[in-house]
Amino acid sequence: MSEIREDLKYTPSHEWILDNGDGTVTIGITDHAQELLGDIVYVELPETEAEVGAEDTVGVVESVKAASDIYAPLAGTIVATNEALDDEPEMVNSEPYDGGWIYTLKIHSADDLDALLSADAYQKECEE
Amino acid sequence: MSYSENIPQRTALHGKHLEAGGKMVDFAGWEMPIHYGSQLEEHHQVRNDAGMFDVSHMVVLDLKGKEIKVFLRHLLANDVDKLKQPGKALYSCMLNKTGGIIDDLIVYYLTDESYRMVINAACRDDDMAWMSRQMEAYDATMHERSDLAMIAVQGPNAREKTLSLLDTKTAEKVATLKPFFGTFAGENFFARTGYTGEDGFEIMLPNKKAAEFWEDLLQSGIQPTGLGARDTLRLEAGMNLYGTDMDTTTSPLVSGLNWTVAWQPDERNFIGRKALETEKETGIKHTFAGLVLEDRGVLRSHQKVMTASGEEGEVTSGTFSPTLKRAIALARVPATLKVGDHCSVEIRGKQLKATVVKPVFVRHGKSCLE
Repeated sequence: MSEIREDLKYTPSHEWILDNGDGTVTIGITDHAQELLGDIVYVELPETEAEVGAEDTVGVVESVKAASDIYAPLAGTIVATNEALDDEPEMVNSEPYDGGWIYTLKIHSADDLDALLSADAYQKECEE
Repeated sequence: MSYSENIPQRTALHGKHLEAGGKMVDFAGWEMPIHYGSQLEEHHQVRNDAGMFDVSHMVVLDLKGKEIKVFLRHLLANDVDKLKQPGKALYSCMLNKTGGIIDDLIVYYLTDESYRMVINAACRDDDMAWMSRQMEAYDATMHERSDLAMIAVQGPNAREKTLSLLDTKTAEKVATLKPFFGTFAGENFFARTGYTGEDGFEIMLPNKKAAEFWEDLLQSGIQPTGLGARDTLRLEAGMNLYGTDMDTTTSPLVSGLNWTVAWQPDERNFIGRKALETEKETGIKHTFAGLVLEDRGVLRSHQKVMTASGEEGEVTSGTFSPTLKRAIALARVPATLKVGDHCSVEIRGKQLKATVVKPVFVRHGKSCLE
């Protein structure tokens, strides 16, 4: 069974969102998503400083099997990306919630976070 | 028998795949393991040690009769008359009248009146219908061996580990097999062939004995390997995949398979010959090449290739090479592109730089680049 962390928010497209509490959020793909994708061999990181809208495609995760888009869960500005994934994309497999984080987004409004899925709601989404 | 039902068939090793944690997918109407946990680890296992694949979905045909040799010389673009020693294998395309590839296959010469052929599972119905029709005029028969399972054991240690499991007499016989030869040992057929670019065997054996033999191989340290790794291994080895790299609309001449067409003797009138000759005379505009991506990303089938002069080609199969740690592909490109040239490949709207190489990337665990 894949891991779902209680302290994170989620999207139906299998991103996790960590509220950093300073107006920024950190985003990655869930344990469930990396299991579905299989061995990840390349991550096309978002462009920093880009302004993105909710549900925009901002990057791509490529596994041995297929390419899968990464979406922005909320509107905001991309402020950082995990460049370590350039050399070790497999961290998305081995530690999806830690070393495998993908980017940090400065969000327009902390209220937007309420629209995201809770751990329980995401769990139900995965079981469907 | 018809396989048109939507329920996938299971091989004799289905239970073994589940025991090993195989993630099962539908492949050409068969429920097969795509991987058993990590496709990458399985890939490296084959390159560095030994892995085994259930390839029982592939179709084994026993071909017999007084005119079977004459028939095969008409049916296949390669010439079975090259086969003089019992057990010798030949890779060939089977063409339609317009020179398109119906299937690619391996045929083993047993005697002048007996051959064994292995064809692709996805092509089974079309192949057998075509062959039956072509065979009508000949004193020849075709018998499908669905009672046989097939296990491919591949990797630098594959032979040694497999031989250690066989009884002394069988082991002595199988140990002397040269590459691209097969031999019977009782009801089992051992062939020193494969689809990975590594040494090893493909073993055909009765379904009822398959699970036990698989277990023995497992105990000797040979890891189950899924179809996912089979694809990355064959692509690194520069081996074509039917349905992706070539099909009924492409000839061997634009699929990197010129070497499998036997033009001599002139008078051998194999099916598709005239069309290939016309194609050659009119000028072949495309060639088959290997590509290595210089930029970061992953090559995938159907991506568009562009030359500096604006001519177009297409990636026919691509992947991230686990051995080379970069993206590689087989591609049908304009004939003007030569080894060492650069071209671009369009990935998600961006033009990324690639280099043309010979379509062999890894052999016997070693990089073929540079």
